[in-house]
Amino acid sequence: MTEVTLNRIGALPQIFPNPDDYLFVTGLAGPARDAAALTNDGANMFTMAGCMGAAMTMGLGMALGAPDRDVVVIAGDGEMMMNIGSLATIASQAPKNLTVVCVDNGGHGETGGQDGHTSVRTDLAKVADGFGIQNILTVSTEAGLKDAAAFVKSGDGPRFLWLRVMAGEPTKFKRNMNPAECRVRFKTAFQAA
Amino acid sequence: MDGNVHPHDAWSRALFKQFKDAGVKLFSYIPDAGNARLVELADADNETRTVLLTTEEEGVSLAAGADLVGEKAVLMMQSSGVGNCPNFLSFVKGGNFPILMFVSMRGDYGEQNPWQFPMGEAVEPILKAMGVLVFKVERADELEGAATAALDTAFKAGKSAALVLSQKFLGAKGF
Repeated sequence: MTEVTLNRIGALPQIFPNPDDYLFVTGLAGPARDAAALTNDGANMFTMAGCMGAAMTMGLGMALGAPDRDVVVIAGDGEMMMNIGSLATIASQAPKNLTVVCVDNGGHGETGGQDGHTSVRTDLAKVADGFGIQNILTVSTEAGLKDAAAFVKSGDGPRFLWLRVMAGEPTKFKRNMNPAECRVRFKTAFQAA
Repeated sequence: MDGNVHPHDAWSRALFKQFKDAGVKLFSYIPDAGNARLVELADADNETRTVLLTTEEEGVSLAAGADLVGEKAVLMMQSSGVGNCPNFLSFVKGGNFPILMFVSMRGDYGEQNPWQFPMGEAVEPILKAMGVLVFKVERADELEGAATAALDTAFKAGKSAALVLSQKFLGAKGF
């Protein structure tokens, strides 16, 4: 695999320059902070700080329930690996309006940077392909972000974007971590849209 | 009984109509004898959609995601699958997400497989611990009322609920 030189800070805003166009759900830890900074903790995003492994099928539920909206899941590699079978569930349902972005730093940043499976042998692009996801892109350099921005808007979902980033601190951002408040906030904004 | 009719056909049809009339659109599941006919009915209906899961907990987050966009889901599983759900049921107590579950029991009345008892006995304590109200069905005449109660609890009161069908109602599998 190619060398990873991509800095996670500032990557998501280049891929999603118009974040208001999407419904987002994120898993826990660093990717949630990167994503919350993208929308300034907006009402079109539900971030988690628990339920590790839930983000992918939460996004599927949103995509099936709101077929005319573009839904994006943003999850870390640990989150993906904890419920990797969700890629099969998503592939079988094949929602055209769903994109899964894995922000993969190769380890467990939230708990001290312990190595994860993707820093050993696991290739998430092959995994996604094996589960039957049709549209897959791997990006691991700054130059690749242009391709990533085009990829999330091209063709039909489900799409899987494997964003391989260097180890390092996620975006510094404090978000609302009360799930009941965030649920009501999201539902209210969705109904008004 | 007519050999061509699924043994769970009659009550499954009645229950599917109750779910559908209550606005349930997504039927997620891990296959079990107790939900097989319901899945067929939801598959055949143009207004409902089935979602085959790889593990039961996926159905909890699927229902939570559907709730965010105003859609209703039911998560169907065998009792052993309840053991795969507790962490994701944090959505219930932490977030007030209304999760509706349909649990077909093993490891209770008339069970012949000793592997089924540990989870069978743990179903109600687990659901209670995670804030899911249990509506149990042991006789045919209890199903309609229990289903109404579970649906109203979840989608009118906003409190998560599980409709739990005992082997006394379903019949125990022979070994």
